Amino acid sequence: MSATTWGWLVLLFPLLGTLTIAFGFRSLPPRAAGWIGTGAIVLAFVAALGALVAMQSHSPANRELTSSLWDYAVTVGVNARVTILVDPLSVFMILIVTGVSSMIHLYSVSYMDEDRGLARYFSYLNFFVFSMLLLVLAGNFLLLIVGWAFVGAASYLLISFWYRRTTATSAGIKAFVINVVGDVGLVLGTYFIFKHTGTLEFLATFKAAPHVFHSGEADIVAGCLLLLVGAIAKSAQIPLHTWLPDAMEGPTPVSALIHAATMVTAGVYLIARMHVLFELAPAAQDTGAVIGAATLLIAGTIALVQTDIKRVIAYSTMSQIGYMIMGVSVGAYAAGMFHLMTHAFFKALLFMAAGSIIGAMAGEQSLEKMGGFRRALPFTFACFVIGGLALSGIPPFSGFFSKDEILLVTAERGGWHWALYAIGYLGAFLTAIYTFRMIFRAFYGDPVAEAREIDLDAHPPHLHHAEHPTNPATGEVEDTDVGFPGPHHTVAERALPMRGAMAVLAVGAVGAGLVQIPGVDDVIVNFLRPTFAGSPLYEPHTRDGLLAFGLILGTLLGLAGIAIAYRIWVRQPSIAVAARERFGAVYGLLAHRWYFDELIDAVVVRPSAAAGVFARDTFERVVVDGAVIGGTTGVVRAGSAAVRTVQSGFLRYYAALLLLGVTAVGLYFLLQS
Amino acid sequence: VSIAWYLTVSAIVFSLGAVGVIVRRNPLVVLLCLELMLNGANLALVAFARMWGNGDGQIFALIVMTVAACEVCIGLGLIVAIYRRRLPIDVDELRELQG
Repeated sequence: MSATTWGWLVLLFPLLGTLTIAFGFRSLPPRAAGWIGTGAIVLAFVAALGALVAMQSHSPANRELTSSLWDYAVTVGVNARVTILVDPLSVFMILIVTGVSSMIHLYSVSYMDEDRGLARYFSYLNFFVFSMLLLVLAGNFLLLIVGWAFVGAASYLLISFWYRRTTATSAGIKAFVINVVGDVGLVLGTYFIFKHTGTLEFLATFKAAPHVFHSGEADIVAGCLLLLVGAIAKSAQIPLHTWLPDAMEGPTPVSALIHAATMVTAGVYLIARMHVLFELAPAAQDTGAVIGAATLLIAGTIALVQTDIKRVIAYSTMSQIGYMIMGVSVGAYAAGMFHLMTHAFFKALLFMAAGSIIGAMAGEQSLEKMGGFRRALPFTFACFVIGGLALSGIPPFSGFFSKDEILLVTAERGGWHWALYAIGYLGAFLTAIYTFRMIFRAFYGDPVAEAREIDLDAHPPHLHHAEHPTNPATGEVEDTDVGFPGPHHTVAERALPMRGAMAVLAVGAVGAGLVQIPGVDDVIVNFLRPTFAGSPLYEPHTRDGLLAFGLILGTLLGLAGIAIAYRIWVRQPSIAVAARERFGAVYGLLAHRWYFDELIDAVVVRPSAAAGVFARDTFERVVVDGAVIGGTTGVVRAGSAAVRTVQSGFLRYYAALLLLGVTAVGLYFLLQS
Repeated sequence: VSIAWYLTVSAIVFSLGAVGVIVRRNPLVVLLCLELMLNGANLALVAFARMWGNGDGQIFALIVMTVAACEVCIGLGLIVAIYRRRLPIDVDELRELQG
């Protein structure tokens, strides 16, 4: 089969999965939804492998394959086709998306086992993966926008999956609204580009772009900046990032899916896919690089003081995506995609391990209440440490190779990019601190009641749990009817699917970096070369001195961060308290997440609401209600009152009117002739 | 005899009927007056037929008579129905269709 046929199959399986579960859940056996969902994604992964093999049989110059299923609309000047583009970049993405997603599905089979909404959950989950695959396989802007919007909708459905929690529904709405801001940017950006190139197909656009645009021309810069708005909204970069920490209201595997395989990587993919356009708009590239650097630093500082374990990981995702956005914006395409891949492994692993602890804590996510799980959950502990080491960039774990390569390319751009380089290493240092703060607080110290009471050898395993679980954010009693991980929550240590998924990802988190060791092998650079063939920024770099310096600096900073975290949170916990009191203002700033929520509230939400109230009180009440609606009804009422008086009900009156009328008509014609 | 005389008589009969329809209140008399109007028109039709020397006008008159017979049937039926329901036999009192 050709590579594009495999590509269509990659899309088909998740779609079939979601439809089968959504329409057939009544006739399916109770637990079948999970296995159908998982099977669909595994089949998609197999199809992605097929696409990889089929594509590799082409010569490198001919690895950009498109296939059009049907014409959606062909009108004057617009050829909207349902086209997929199978090239090294999209194959790379579908392999990551389907591979990591299938592990997350497998994990969910156990994690969501007791949930009443199991079928709904897997139907959404498959739809989410389908949307993401549509996004990365899209061969033209139209299908890209469709996939982009589907991903936003699917994230809304999954974040507010436990829909009786008010915090979950409002988090879902927030994510959706911010994503729509990005959608608008994407659509408008597409328009700016389409206006000049006259085609929606990617390959034709990229071919035409260097001829119709001058570098730095106003329209291409505006178009790329708008595309960048779409990318930063989807990838949770400052200032459109506030939905991501709130998205932690969803079930933990959903967080893993959003953060590792789907959704937030879409912005990175978009910039990499549009690299031809972005290279013509240096201003947009620089903006992207600065936003990425700012995000990686700010998110890293916020993660230092958050107490919700999932939110710490969420901010670390923002930070890592910041590296990727910075990387693809400065031309480190292969390094950015490489980091995307390694990040997918270790971030999914971290979320799964966090889900295991949250399961053991009966839904409690606060680090304040955790401690001493090292002996109670040894497997989870091992996974968490592997993920943490990879995230901190300690050799030979995967994050070590990918992060340093991004920073190397950044430095090679010279000039003010050295500032980004420094920020990157500062961020790496912070990453090591907050990651190991999380590990030390959750796994070291005195075991809490939940950790002491775990008895994994009992049947069923005995776990501590609250009689009436409450929402940690608001204190409301949870409605376990729609499936909060209530009394029957699962613990990762025992459930085989969860262990299997975590083990596979742990292997990935350890070994994925080995595919591209700087100076040794360039698997990913060589693999992606056909996509980035025309880019002057792409070719591997040769500054070995800087490379060695960067690798050593990264390792030292990572180790220093771990050492500091160990000293503060294990050896002398009093330091943390003292530091909090000593630097109260800084702590307040970080604990309030740099006041971004408040800022957006003050700058966007409140003025919009005030404008709405003003419009309601003035325009709506006076003009619409008063003049337009009141005027129309008044005219109709007065007119009908006048007509009604004619209807007196007197037969003789009608007869007289009739005669009068006939006479008048007769006279008229007589006088005419 | 000149056609003008026929038309004059026809106009007088028609006008008498029309005035009767408008001024009288008893539905029975109103129906009678309607008949007068129809017959005034019939007279004019027959007179014209005579003038032109062909039968078209006479056929018209026959049709008018048929229609008049039907109309009287319905009208009388209505009057009988009104009487049976003990409603006033007065067109001014029967004005439920007022707007």
